[in-house]
Amino acid sequence: MARVTFEEISAADFFYRNRDIAGFTNPSRAIFAAIRELVENSLDAAESLKIPPDIYVRLSYEGAVGTGTQVYRLRVEDNGIGVPPRHIPSAFGQILFGSKYKLKQQRGTFGLGGKMAILYGQITTHKPACVISSTGMSKIYKYKLMIDIQRNRPLILDRKIMINKTRWRGTIVEFSLEGDYFRAMPKILEYFKQTAMVNPYANLTFVDPKGRLYKFTRVTTEMPDPPKETLPHPYGVDVELLQRLINATPYRNMLEFLRYHFHRVGDKTAQKFLEFSNIRPSKNPKRLSHEEIVRLMHMLKKFKEFLPPDASCLSPLGENLLRAGIVKELKPEFVAVHQRRPATYAGHPFIVEVAIAYGGEIPKKEGFVIYRFANRIPLLYDEASDVSVRVINSMNWRRYKVAPDMPIAILVHICSTKVPYKTVGKEFIADRPEVRREIANGLREVARRLRRFLTRREHVYREKKRLGIFSKYLPKIAQFSTQLAGKEKAPDVKKLLRSVRRFGTEET
Amino acid sequence: MERKRRKSLVMEKRKEVLTSLESLGARIYEQMDKGFFPSIEMPSRSTENIYYDPNVRQFILGGKKVRRSARNIRHLRPFTQLVWTAFFSHELTMHRKTSTLRDVYYSAQAYEMSFKDQQESNNIITDLETVLGLSREDFNIFPEERSAVFGDLTIEYTVPGYEGKRLNLTSHPDGVMIGPALTSAEFVKTTADKVIAIEKGGLFTRFIEESVHKKFNAILVLTAGQAPRATRHFIRRLNRELKLPVYIFTDGDPWGMHIAMVIISGSANAAHLRELTTPDAKWSGVWATDIVNYKLPTDPLDDVDVKRLYELQRDPRYKDPLWQREIKTFLKIKRKAEQEAFSRYGLTYIVDEYLPAKLEETS
Repeated sequence: MARVTFEEISAADFFYRNRDIAGFTNPSRAIFAAIRELVENSLDAAESLKIPPDIYVRLSYEGAVGTGTQVYRLRVEDNGIGVPPRHIPSAFGQILFGSKYKLKQQRGTFGLGGKMAILYGQITTHKPACVISSTGMSKIYKYKLMIDIQRNRPLILDRKIMINKTRWRGTIVEFSLEGDYFRAMPKILEYFKQTAMVNPYANLTFVDPKGRLYKFTRVTTEMPDPPKETLPHPYGVDVELLQRLINATPYRNMLEFLRYHFHRVGDKTAQKFLEFSNIRPSKNPKRLSHEEIVRLMHMLKKFKEFLPPDASCLSPLGENLLRAGIVKELKPEFVAVHQRRPATYAGHPFIVEVAIAYGGEIPKKEGFVIYRFANRIPLLYDEASDVSVRVINSMNWRRYKVAPDMPIAILVHICSTKVPYKTVGKEFIADRPEVRREIANGLREVARRLRRFLTRREHVYREKKRLGIFSKYLPKIAQFSTQLAGKEKAPDVKKLLRSVRRFGTEET
Repeated sequence: MERKRRKSLVMEKRKEVLTSLESLGARIYEQMDKGFFPSIEMPSRSTENIYYDPNVRQFILGGKKVRRSARNIRHLRPFTQLVWTAFFSHELTMHRKTSTLRDVYYSAQAYEMSFKDQQESNNIITDLETVLGLSREDFNIFPEERSAVFGDLTIEYTVPGYEGKRLNLTSHPDGVMIGPALTSAEFVKTTADKVIAIEKGGLFTRFIEESVHKKFNAILVLTAGQAPRATRHFIRRLNRELKLPVYIFTDGDPWGMHIAMVIISGSANAAHLRELTTPDAKWSGVWATDIVNYKLPTDPLDDVDVKRLYELQRDPRYKDPLWQREIKTFLKIKRKAEQEAFSRYGLTYIVDEYLPAKLEETS
């Protein structure tokens, strides 16, 4: 009989064994994921201080491994908030440690991406990562570290402290990893372009292994308000969360427990709810039995009078910034943007922002160019499965005077404290009715504006053509009839031409 | 004395053409000069405005008018084309030059007056005919297709450079082309006492070789399929001016019948014109009954032939008993025959036997 052994594995070990779920599926996806995760961390680091981000990414070639796979060195620099020195080793060398386990809108949510990239680099090249950071105070800290995968602990190989003469603030991460840049290149460049589109206040620089420079310059320094942290909304809680709250709460009765731990629950609402669910207001939450906690969760979901979550924990881009980003990257002839009012699904607030653009640098192809974003992250894979694409495909575009071969780009941005991704790969949004409705209504709004634009354009075009016909033929009629009638001077057609001009066409 | 009168007729016609073109130009000029969009009114040529007039024995246009206005964006292009065509025709007539339909189409390009295709330019020329009530030959525009004439007829040219020159139409064994020069020529004298119009070139040549013109004292006209309007007008003049009876020989099928009918009663397309018909001309063959009587080799009628026969049966021009009888016979025997079918009886049979018999029968 075989001996069965049970062992606990560390979080680092778990992700080492299951790196697919974090997006590190193959050498091409891995290099894309590594860049993406670090860039997003950098954006978050700058935005949390409301500083327009300056991000520099360099990927350089280090050597060949096998067919299609090379070793690259990735360096990402930002001007973000910086990491306090005592947190640097854990922040970069310990999986599931981080600042992102709070209820507010953030780009990443697992606090995993950056470390996953470093972990991936370590297991493919066995080289340490180098992290340099300063919060802008008098010192700069430089760490060389590796991750002890089995124990999920950082291993500090070297540590240097430098004087920060220039008061530099930011973080630099540099490490080696295996990857296939040339297969990943289109997606990586597309990623930068789309990131620039929804972060028009960021400077992005990318130097690729061939030394080619891609630069995306900011067009504004205006930034959206950073999201505020929020309490969980009663509709969105589960038993585990209730349990944790009960363990941590300082309050000794249900009324206060509800009032101070939940979003949009005040004294009155708490009282009404307790009445509704037949719970004594003075009951000590710590005395709730397991069955009572389960019942409490069901009652929280059943009660109809909770106010919907407010959106202060969300940080949508806003119509002006969205427009600026699109104008900057696509230079369209026409753009319409629309931000929906906050909505909720399963207790999670979300805001949908949509835009539609016509002409300019948008390619003419069969179908639309679709840009999808979630919490300002471009979604580049699995487009066909995304709810936005389904909504777009189900709309009757002819109603909006849209022909299939028009150069049209559609942008859908959903921001939420919990983006309803369909899979752990976080590449497409699930088809939830609440989300679908918001996207559809938003798209209808911008499509109506596009229709107005197209109608006016068509009208101007027809009018131009009409006037062209008159000014082409009337002088000829004048000329030939003059010759035929044996007259000297042709009649003046200017007055006739003026009279066919319709009101309002002069502006064209 | 006689010659002088005829000559002045030709000059008068030219003057009339120039005047009507100029007054058309003046009408448009004045409207524009007064600050109005010019417009032209003309009889409608749509099918519901075409009637058969039993008195003149041809199709005529009814009272319906259409108005072409330069104010209307859809009329603007054809209107301009019409004015240009009038201008161009005036130039032609003025300088006594002729042009063909195709030539007009190409000439327009020099004035940046492009026509989409020749059909468009032909339509505009027909519009001008309708506006002026003149045929395009009057303003020196001729079709491309040419037919021919052969026989003892002396003509005198009126075209520039040939004025007063005479020609006997037996002088060339291929026949003389019925072109602009012959169309405007005066008839001087003839010994012929009839006109025989023939659909096909092969038979026309055979007739000349067999001296049909001498044996039957006839002027031979080759229509070369559906007779061009210049040829129809020429046949009419032979009939009217020289008082010669006209006999028409075509293939024995609905299409041949209709070639004869258009010479006799005109076409709906030319309902806006007069002087193209020869109402007293006779269709002498090949009849459906000839196919039976002469036991000619035949082909079966196909669907299009049958459909055409039913159309002709309802056509007001075909109400005469002879035509109705022949249509019925075609439909009954369901066969058709070409003029060449007589060759089964030898090369000269048609001239020696068939022709005299038919001339006799239809005179």
